[in-house]
Amino acid sequence: MSLDPAQFEEPINQLRRQIEEATAAEKDPAQLVALQAELTKVADEIFGNLTPWQKTLVARHPQRPYTLDFISYLFEEWTEIHGDRKFSDDPAIVAGFARFRGAPCAIIGHQKGRNTKEKIYRNFGQPRPEGFRKALRVMKLAEKFNLPIFTFIDTQGAYPGLGAEERGQAEAIAVNLREMAMLSVPVIVIVIGEGGSGGALALGVGDRVFMLEHAVYSVISPEGCAAILWKNPSAAAEAAAAMRITAIDLKRLNIIDDIVPEPNGGAHADPARAAELLAPYLEKALKELQKLKPAALPEERYKKFRKMGVFEKG
Amino acid sequence: MAWFRKEKKPKEAVEKVAIPEGLWVKCDDCKEIVYRKEVEQNFNVCPKCNYHFRLTARERFEILFDDGKYKEFAGDIRSGDPLEFRDTKRYRDRLKVYELRVGKGDAVLCAEGKLDGISVVVCAMEYAFMGGSMGSVVGEKITIAAERALEKKEPLLIVSTSGGARMQEGILSLMQMAKISAALARLAEARLPYVSILTDPTTGGVTASYAMLGDLNIAEPKALIGFAGPRVIEQTIRQTLPEGFQRAEFLVEHGMVDLITPRSEMKPALARFLRMFTGKKREAAS
Ligand SMILES: [Zn+2]
Repeated sequence: MSLDPAQFEEPINQLRRQIEEATAAEKDPAQLVALQAELTKVADEIFGNLTPWQKTLVARHPQRPYTLDFISYLFEEWTEIHGDRKFSDDPAIVAGFARFRGAPCAIIGHQKGRNTKEKIYRNFGQPRPEGFRKALRVMKLAEKFNLPIFTFIDTQGAYPGLGAEERGQAEAIAVNLREMAMLSVPVIVIVIGEGGSGGALALGVGDRVFMLEHAVYSVISPEGCAAILWKNPSAAAEAAAAMRITAIDLKRLNIIDDIVPEPNGGAHADPARAAELLAPYLEKALKELQKLKPAALPEERYKKFRKMGVFEKG
Repeated sequence: MAWFRKEKKPKEAVEKVAIPEGLWVKCDDCKEIVYRKEVEQNFNVCPKCNYHFRLTARERFEILFDDGKYKEFAGDIRSGDPLEFRDTKRYRDRLKVYELRVGKGDAVLCAEGKLDGISVVVCAMEYAFMGGSMGSVVGEKITIAAERALEKKEPLLIVSTSGGARMQEGILSLMQMAKISAALARLAEARLPYVSILTDPTTGGVTASYAMLGDLNIAEPKALIGFAGPRVIEQTIRQTLPEGFQRAEFLVEHGMVDLITPRSEMKPALARFLRMFTGKKREAAS
C-alpha cells in the first residue's frame, strides 16, 4: 500500500517532463500537440479510474488547492478575522468575510499548510475547540447581518490532543451541529479535500453540500478504521473501499447534492481551473437559497438531514 | 404491535449481561470479589469502590421509571447494511450475532412513562450491542424520541454509553450526529428540557453530538467521557495520559459536565430538576 500519489501519477509526470523538454528544445509544434493530447488522455485514464484509496491520496495531495486558494480565486475583499473570544485563535480554521460576485458573505474553512513551517502553524488542518468556536462565532455574525455562509471542508479530523479534550473538543463540535441546524441564512458547504469525521461535519451542516470529484468524506480515516476493524493500519486501502468514501458513493447515499468536476489530472494539476469549475455550483445554489424566506431555511435543512440514514422496518 | 408492548426480559437474563453468573462477582475496577446480591441491591454499584457496573437499557428504565413501568416505542427499526460492509467479517453477520446475544433493539431503546409522576421520554443506549455504536438505527430512534418529546411537550432524557459512530455504516453514521443535533435544536427552541446522562464509556461521535448538548449534562461517577479515545491521544502526543484523564471528575473540573450523580441518587436528582424546569408540582404523596 503506497502513501505516495506519485506512484500512480508517474506516467503523467513523465509526459509533463517530455513536454517541457520538447518546449525547451523548440521541437516541431506538431509533436508538442501530440504530446499534449497524449497527456490529456493518460491523465483522464488514470484519474477516471482511481480507487477509493488513491482518491484519499489525491484528496491529501501536497499540491491540492486549499481553502485560502479557493478564496483567492473566487471571492473579493476577503478579510480574515481571528479568535473565539474565549481562549485563542486556531489557525487550522480560517474565517472571515468577503464578497462573492459582488455580494457580501461569510467564509469559513479548514486550512492546511504547504511547507513544514506552515503545516505546524496550521496543525495539519486539525482544529482544536477554539477553531470550531471561532467558526460558530462567524456564522452567528453572518446570521445577524443576513449574509450567506460558504464553508470549505478539508481536514483529517479534529485534533486528538490533551488540551483539546480539556477544553471540550466534543462540546465544541456538538454545539456547531446544533446551531448550524438553526441558522436562518443560506449555508453552502464544499468538501474540497478530506472530509474527516466530526471535525469536518462541524462545518458541514448546510443547505447544499457539494463535493469535489476526487474529495473523500468519511466517519473515520481509512487508517483509523483499518486499525480498529482489521487490527492492521496497512489495511487502509481495504477500509477506504469498504466505507464508501468517494463523491460518487456519497451522491448515491443521498448525503451530498452534487459532484463538482475537477480539471484533467485533478484539482492540483490546475487549481485556477478547479475554482472556475466550482463557481457555477456556488452561484446556482446561492440564487436558489436566496429565494427562500429566512424561516424556511432551517426548516428545509432539517428535512434534508432528517432523511439521512438507511434502515429497515419490522 | 411492537411499539407499545412493554418488553420485559426475565430478570435472570438481564443480569447475565451486566455481571457474570455466580454467587460472587469480581469488580471490574477494584478487582475485589464482592457478594453479587449486595451489588444488585446497590443499583449494580460496587460496595467496595463505588464502581458503577454497566447497565442494560432496560435496567436503566427499571431504575428511572416509576414502579419500573414504561412503554417502549420505535422498536421495529433494524439496520439495513447499506454499504454491504465487510471487514474480517460481514457486518450483516455481526448484526445477527448481536441481535441473538443482546436483542433486536440495536444500540438504543426508547421508552416513555412517568419519572416521579412526570411524563418523560427516555432513550437508553445498549453498550453490549456493538459497543453502543451509533449507526442509522440509533440515529433514527433517538430522532423519533426527540420528535415525540416535542409533540407531547415532554422532557427528553438520553442515557449514553457508546464507543462512538458505527464505522460499518460509514458516512451515514456520521450524519446521524447532525440529524439528532438538529432534532435537539428544535426541542431547545420549544423550551423543553433535555437532560444528557453520561455513563461509562461515552466517546467519539456520541459525545460530539447529543451527549454534550444537554441542558444538563449529568455523569455517573468515574465514567470515561471524551471525544478521542485515550489510546489515540497517547499515540498522537506520544506521552502517557495523566491519572483520571477523561473521567467524569476530570470533565467536571474542566467545566464540561454539570455534575456527577451516583446511580442511587439519579432519579431523585432528575425529578428535582425537571420539576423546577417545567413548573410541575409534586403530586400528593400516596
Ligand atoms: Zn469495586
